[in-house]
Amino acid sequence: MAVVQQVLRSEWTKIKSVRSTAWTLGLAAVVTIALGALISAVSANSFDTMSQEDQLTFDPTLISFAGTGLGQLAMIVFGVLVVSNEYSTGMIRTSLAAVPQRGTFLFGKVAVATVLALVVAMVTSFLTFFIGQAMLGDHKATLGDPGVLRAVIGGGLYMTLITMFSMGITAVLRSPVLSLGILMPFFFLITNILGTVSATKKVGQYFPDQAGGKIMQTVPTSDDAPYGPWGGFGIMALWVVAALVFGYVTLRRRDA
Amino acid sequence: MIELEGLSKRYGDKLAVDDLTFTVRPGMVTGFLGPNGAGKSTTMRMMLDLDNPTSGSVRIDGKHYAQLTDPLRSIGALLDAKAMHGGRTAYNHLLCLAQSNGIPTARVGEVLEMVGLSGVAKKRSKGFSLGMGQRLGIAGALLGDPEILMFDEPVNGLDPEGIHWIRNLMKSLAAQGRTVFVSSHLMSEMALTAEHLVVIGQGRLMADTSMAEFIRENSRSYVRISSPEYERLLDVLESAGITAVTASDGHLEVDGVAASTLGELAAEHRLVLHELSPQQASLEEAFMQLTAGSVEYHAHSSATGLAAEAPIPPEAGAGYAEGAPPAAGWGAGWERERENRKNRKRGL
Repeated sequence: MAVVQQVLRSEWTKIKSVRSTAWTLGLAAVVTIALGALISAVSANSFDTMSQEDQLTFDPTLISFAGTGLGQLAMIVFGVLVVSNEYSTGMIRTSLAAVPQRGTFLFGKVAVATVLALVVAMVTSFLTFFIGQAMLGDHKATLGDPGVLRAVIGGGLYMTLITMFSMGITAVLRSPVLSLGILMPFFFLITNILGTVSATKKVGQYFPDQAGGKIMQTVPTSDDAPYGPWGGFGIMALWVVAALVFGYVTLRRRDA
Repeated sequence: MIELEGLSKRYGDKLAVDDLTFTVRPGMVTGFLGPNGAGKSTTMRMMLDLDNPTSGSVRIDGKHYAQLTDPLRSIGALLDAKAMHGGRTAYNHLLCLAQSNGIPTARVGEVLEMVGLSGVAKKRSKGFSLGMGQRLGIAGALLGDPEILMFDEPVNGLDPEGIHWIRNLMKSLAAQGRTVFVSSHLMSEMALTAEHLVVIGQGRLMADTSMAEFIRENSRSYVRISSPEYERLLDVLESAGITAVTASDGHLEVDGVAASTLGELAAEHRLVLHELSPQQASLEEAFMQLTAGSVEYHAHSSATGLAAEAPIPPEAGAGYAEGAPPAAGWGAGWERERENRKNRKRGL
């Protein structure tokens, strides 16, 4: 186990000694909080003009997390860079010469980045909620309301899983350009479109972000998916496991 | 000690490394020589378990690389100068390596001092010159105070002072009883540092000998001979069954015949000689001769330039290659010869 501890310490040094870590995580927090606050404020102002159905299904918690869709992109960049930095700089050869146990190396790196992402995402999630609710004024929810605490913690977990998924995919693709080129449009556009258009919805709702995002909902909508908040989160977790296993197998097999 | 056994690496159809078997021994600098693209770096990556061999194995002190606990304490390697994250400071780069192998933090300062980078320890390595990057890479190799050190083309891009420093470093490491394995495509560089030589060409082992023996076996020795009676000299040599090649300055060069025999022959025919001197080809030539048939990437347009570097002038080079069996042709002469043949085909 000595090796695992050593690798964790080493990866912690690596992650905190590059600027991109602070930039990407900071950006993720700022975008998620600021956009959530803005949309919450706008929603509070336009609540009276909404249709009755919209008013009945109004989900103040979910509204405050409206910045997640954009903020998660910065988390994806963080996940991609943590892994692809090794390849784009040639550091991977130095790293694997130091730690030839490739599984220990990869999962040590993923573990450190995940813990860091979890801490940042959890803090972001609670701040997003409180600031968003403050903006919502009379329509706000509190942590004591049914499902709200689960949704806020879920918001942090969702961001963390997105980061882990990105790391797994990048371990397969290696190149930062390729990884970002696939992950960014996938999560920003493709899953949103496929998950909303009725023809593709049956498939689209099983994509990681569509399924995982369910955990931030507290008011059930009419077009509900065949899984609950934790069910959706479980689907997303399966995607993450698959991506990481795929990444590990790739690292194991290929030449560095 | 590093032991390679039947090491091969195939990329698609191409066999980059072909059944290499040799041992790198402690206490001396072993030079790993080959033209560009000969498979040196691939071999070194397989030694570090970075690339998987198609077949064969490498053992470091009897173990596979992956079986080493804290490998940096057994073997340190400099692969390429920029195998590091440019955004990380020199200190942090070494710190994360040290931590991964349980090496005390204090050692980071020591190796930075050793390579002369203490002053820029807190600077990001992307601002470093090639030479500084090379020094940082060497610091990483020395970090675990390993018994085995491997350097891939360490003098590339260094200034004369840096080259001098690396040479002395490698020699002193070997003198401490460590195993030092250095690759280069420059024979002249190896001649100054290596005691033992492993030469490869197109992935195949071409020589595995001591430096002295390599020079003796591979260098061409010939006799330079000149006379004011040039035509008679040629006749005399011809009648004695000796092939001579005319150099551009009017001298003749004779292969495989001792200077004494030539002198006696001249005396017999009362021929005045102005010069009769045994010549030894340089190491660079010996290397080129050995790998002439295996050079992967030829710069055809620079054939004349290549020939000009050799002591024999271009014309003689071609003549020599024609007169001698192809296998013994010079690197330059061989290159020249090919060019000539192509030109003849084109009707030039």
